[in-house]
Amino acid sequence: MEKDNQGILWEVFIQVKAGRPFKHVGSLHAYDKEMAMQSARDLFTRRNEGNGIWIVKADDIISSQSVDDEAFFDPSNDKVYRHPTFYEVPDGVKHI
Amino acid sequence: MEDAKKLEAFQAKIDADIKIEPKDWMPEKYRQTLIRQISQHAHSEVIGMQPEGNWLTRAPSLRSKKILMAKIQDEAGHGLYLYCAAETLGVKREQFLEWLHEGKAKYSSVFNYPTLTWADIGAIGWLVDGAAIVNQVSLQGTSYGPYSRAMVKICMEESFHQRQGYEIMVTLANGTDEQKEMAQDALNRWWWPSIMMFGPHDADSAHSNQSLKWKIKRESNDELRQKFIDKTVEQGLHIGLTFPDPDLKWNEEKGHYDFGAIDWDEFWNVVKGYGAGNKKRLAHHKEAHEVGSWVREAAIAYANKKNNIQKSA
Repeated sequence: MEKDNQGILWEVFIQVKAGRPFKHVGSLHAYDKEMAMQSARDLFTRRNEGNGIWIVKADDIISSQSVDDEAFFDPSNDKVYRHPTFYEVPDGVKHI
Repeated sequence: MEDAKKLEAFQAKIDADIKIEPKDWMPEKYRQTLIRQISQHAHSEVIGMQPEGNWLTRAPSLRSKKILMAKIQDEAGHGLYLYCAAETLGVKREQFLEWLHEGKAKYSSVFNYPTLTWADIGAIGWLVDGAAIVNQVSLQGTSYGPYSRAMVKICMEESFHQRQGYEIMVTLANGTDEQKEMAQDALNRWWWPSIMMFGPHDADSAHSNQSLKWKIKRESNDELRQKFIDKTVEQGLHIGLTFPDPDLKWNEEKGHYDFGAIDWDEFWNVVKGYGAGNKKRLAHHKEAHEVGSWVREAAIAYANKKNNIQKSA
């Protein structure tokens, strides 16, 4: 790391309660993992917002390009048979 | 040609209320406007800690001291949310601080006024935070995703701030004659700066039209100002205080309060750096940053050392 800076950018995910998925809540700057965890607790959970924290270096996240890049998600649109509504069920059949 | 097409698609997204995310294409002016606005907002949260910090050691009870600490801690957090939102636009945190220290970036002028008495802490919470909340509630609907998400979190946390300020005003207004006078004096001094927080009138606002079209702002300066005045006047009258504006009266026909002319010379004077506290606020921020440099250096050295140990192990 360079000499005077604001640290590395980390992305923070919080689990509201056991059984729920972790959700992105924001990001923060810190110099190492421990500091990132301390800061995440101070910054994002002062009001019982959750009981689980995940932190990832922003640089380590692999993300798709923007929503403008429609072609990337194109293949899923023409495979309508992935959705239950694609299939016909005879009248009177239940619980399927 | 390509840009015109992109611009059209961009506007179509905005019109359909689809949020813009960091990696999406955006017009350069949209990006620049957001960089200016979000960083200014972040600086305001952080500089805003100073006038309140002034009363921390002299809060009249342990209860009020704890509350004020919690509020100031919130402001620091809000600054951090906003810096992170601004950084998604491709500017580094170090750069934002540099622009602030060089005077190239602004913060809300209202924080250049001094906090002379404990009642000012009440007036700040009630009026300054009150005005900020009106603005921020509206900004939850802003078109830029990271800014909008920061606003939602901030609004959730900020809801106690205005009540703590109002509670101080209520207590003083129900106290001795001297205390009531303190409350009235604070209201007299903070009322106009608060309603100036919404910025120039729509007709004179340099950035307003384009910002509304791009849904960076959802309501105009004058609309937000009117909302704040309509909400706040009743709260003041309820506790027996008066407002320092002889033209302030309910307009039955419009369903709004009429109010007097705003002293824009005063506003621009403070914006341009000649307010009571401009120099002090900025100098304090710079000093804190410089004095704190050893902490950053130590943290970097520690992180490097641990990385090296991990590598050699």
